[in-house]
Amino acid sequence: MATPILMPERAIPAPFSEYELGTAYDEMFRGNGRARQHYKALYSKLQSLPSDELMRSKQEADLSFFNQGITFTVYGREEGTERIFPHDLLPRIIPAAEWDTIEKGLTQRITALNLFLKDIYNERKILSDGVIPGEVIYTCKHFRRQMRGVKVPRDVYVSVCGTDLIRLPSGEFVVLEDNLRVPSGVSYMLTSRKVMKQTFPILFRKCGVRPIEQYSQALLSTLRSLAPEGRSSLTIVLLTPGVYNSAYFEHTYLARQMGIELVEGRDLVVHDNIVYMRTTSGLQRVDVIYRRVDDDFLDPLTFRADSELGAPGLFNAYRAGNVVLANALGTGVADDKAIYAYVPKMIQYYLGETPILNNVETFLMTNEKERDHVCANLDKFVVKAVGESGGYGMLIGPHSSKQQQEEFRVRIMEQPRNYIAQPTLALSTAPCFTEDGQIEPRHVDLRPYVLFGEKVTIVPGGLTRVALRKGSLVVNSSQGGGSKDTWVLQS
Amino acid sequence: MLSRVADSLYWMSRYFERAAHCSRVLEANYSLMLNPGKLSTEQRWQNIMGHLGLDGDASRIEPQAAIMKLMSDTQVPSSIVSCVTSARENASQVREQISSEMWERLNQLYHEVVQTASNMFSDSDVMRLFMAMREGGYKFIGVTDASMNHGEGWHFIQFGKYIERTSSLPLLIDAVFSAQQGADDLDWVGLLTSCSAFEAYCKVYTADLKPEQVAEFLLLNPEFPYTARYSTEKMQHALEGIRHTTPGRQFSEIERIAGRLHASLAYAQIDDVMSRDFERFLANIIEQCQSLHAAVHKAYIDYPIESAFEA
Repeated sequence: MATPILMPERAIPAPFSEYELGTAYDEMFRGNGRARQHYKALYSKLQSLPSDELMRSKQEADLSFFNQGITFTVYGREEGTERIFPHDLLPRIIPAAEWDTIEKGLTQRITALNLFLKDIYNERKILSDGVIPGEVIYTCKHFRRQMRGVKVPRDVYVSVCGTDLIRLPSGEFVVLEDNLRVPSGVSYMLTSRKVMKQTFPILFRKCGVRPIEQYSQALLSTLRSLAPEGRSSLTIVLLTPGVYNSAYFEHTYLARQMGIELVEGRDLVVHDNIVYMRTTSGLQRVDVIYRRVDDDFLDPLTFRADSELGAPGLFNAYRAGNVVLANALGTGVADDKAIYAYVPKMIQYYLGETPILNNVETFLMTNEKERDHVCANLDKFVVKAVGESGGYGMLIGPHSSKQQQEEFRVRIMEQPRNYIAQPTLALSTAPCFTEDGQIEPRHVDLRPYVLFGEKVTIVPGGLTRVALRKGSLVVNSSQGGGSKDTWVLQS
Repeated sequence: MLSRVADSLYWMSRYFERAAHCSRVLEANYSLMLNPGKLSTEQRWQNIMGHLGLDGDASRIEPQAAIMKLMSDTQVPSSIVSCVTSARENASQVREQISSEMWERLNQLYHEVVQTASNMFSDSDVMRLFMAMREGGYKFIGVTDASMNHGEGWHFIQFGKYIERTSSLPLLIDAVFSAQQGADDLDWVGLLTSCSAFEAYCKVYTADLKPEQVAEFLLLNPEFPYTARYSTEKMQHALEGIRHTTPGRQFSEIERIAGRLHASLAYAQIDDVMSRDFERFLANIIEQCQSLHAAVHKAYIDYPIESAFEA
């Protein structure tokens, strides 16, 4: 990495005096230290604020998160203490034109991914045409044989998707990964918007920020559009693993926002391939399940027999078309990190288009040449286990020890299918308000949420995740990441 | 409403009431215990400890230690700490169903009780815990009334509260009356205070303390919230509320038991009751409560699925 360039204009007021521009793309400042056009309003606002005002706003925002119960539980001590989800005060701003590209790119991508899933579980043309080796599919641990030939409503396999984008030093947005199983985090997007409106009301209005509050309604109509035909009044529920799940807050939040029942596996009864929930008024038929439980745990009769989070017989009811699961089962085959490498080819194959959003360059360890190259240069690559998410099972080359690299080398040799490698990327940086009252750059990514029912809906924005530790590239909340509100501008 | 949710609301309320009851009884008896000892007290004391869930050998330990056990021992399922913990656990299962104010109150009470209970160094800490329980209890009841829809869930909460009251009172009365030899005015005051009922009693009978009158008040008075009759009326009311929101469910068995229980208190006369088998009368109330619990459980919570396709 090049030596950081100190901001040329040392005269700029206090909150920015520690702001160092590195090699990464900075969301707020150009290379010459001038604020970008779409950040100017925020920039001058920050300069005009008295120094303790930001600190006070930060405290108020934290309190507001705490009072809304946007907390997660830290285990270990007997009582379990509650902490608020780390949140940064300064919004991440995206101009209209850039968002336009993102929106088009994500729409293209989810369309292709759904066509791919339909193909893989039915005719498998993409394999017989030799675009993707069948080997890669059948060795994927998220491939569900049971889904072969199952009719999925509207052929929509993935109806809720969270795609992680990062911005390269060139300023281009690229896709780091797709989350096609049970993506989470949308409640942080919605609640942090609410808090930001309280913190910067006038600035918010002045900037012309596109609204995102309609997400819950959009999700509900997406779920509604997938319902089995001929049912007069629909019962839609959200299936949660229960209070001990780390995303339980989000489950209760979304259920309440949509006005649907929050159920656990033990509330469901399957009889004659029809799913019911047990209510005080008797059994009530369930039509659509927005499930936040992983495939493996959904039905002990079909998948893991030791699961108590699902309902026995659910899969058969699903296969019979009597209940809809969103997302469908087996979608994990399309977000496997090795199959990810083929998404650009899928877009080409199914849509005949060139990808609007590119992938990050990815090396498959099953390919001997690529493997040798990576293994010889492990200190320069990020190595990821293909089936993992949440920042687990990862080697960040430049930040790793010789011993860690050796461990990964052995693992890669033993199970090449299980690993991929990507060059270490400098995620873009955005201004963050630090604990000592300074504004400093921190690395960020962006996870927009894509809904696919009757049509594709993407609320403008998403969750900007930020690595709050200086220099860190890991934005996952399980690894010390926080969130930022994301402002997509009207024009 | 989901059966699981109704069940959690019901148990949240029952456990909460159980903790409050335990705290009231202990507080009243703790204050009695501070008086110079007399022989007759011991049997009553042991009975009461037994009633609160300390059985056999445990009830014979030194009074101060027994009180500590019932307040803060997490190994004793009926201790205040255990009950408040269970109430909170049930509430956390249905956090989106109760109002946030209710959750905050209960959570706050839980932390207060747990903290006080785990650092009891002096006698005044004992009193502090009673106080926390009393104040926190009134706040929770108040906020429940004021901040939640008085719909089905609320009715399950009410039902839980009053069935707990109705079924714990006869045990307490029995514990005192079955060892009433040598009981003096202070002991009767203690019993009334255990039900927060001393002042209310005086408004009806003046401070003239007679065992029959105490029994009459606690069992048959229709106006005071801690009496058996009042509680059964509230139970019936709650059950009616549940019935209205769940048309189509079998209610006749529930109605029969609740009606009979209420009638046995509403139309009873105390001399009549006490001249016959008083113990049996008390036991009968508890048994009816148990059947009522079972009937409600079977109708709304854990019904056989064949009986309930498509509401």
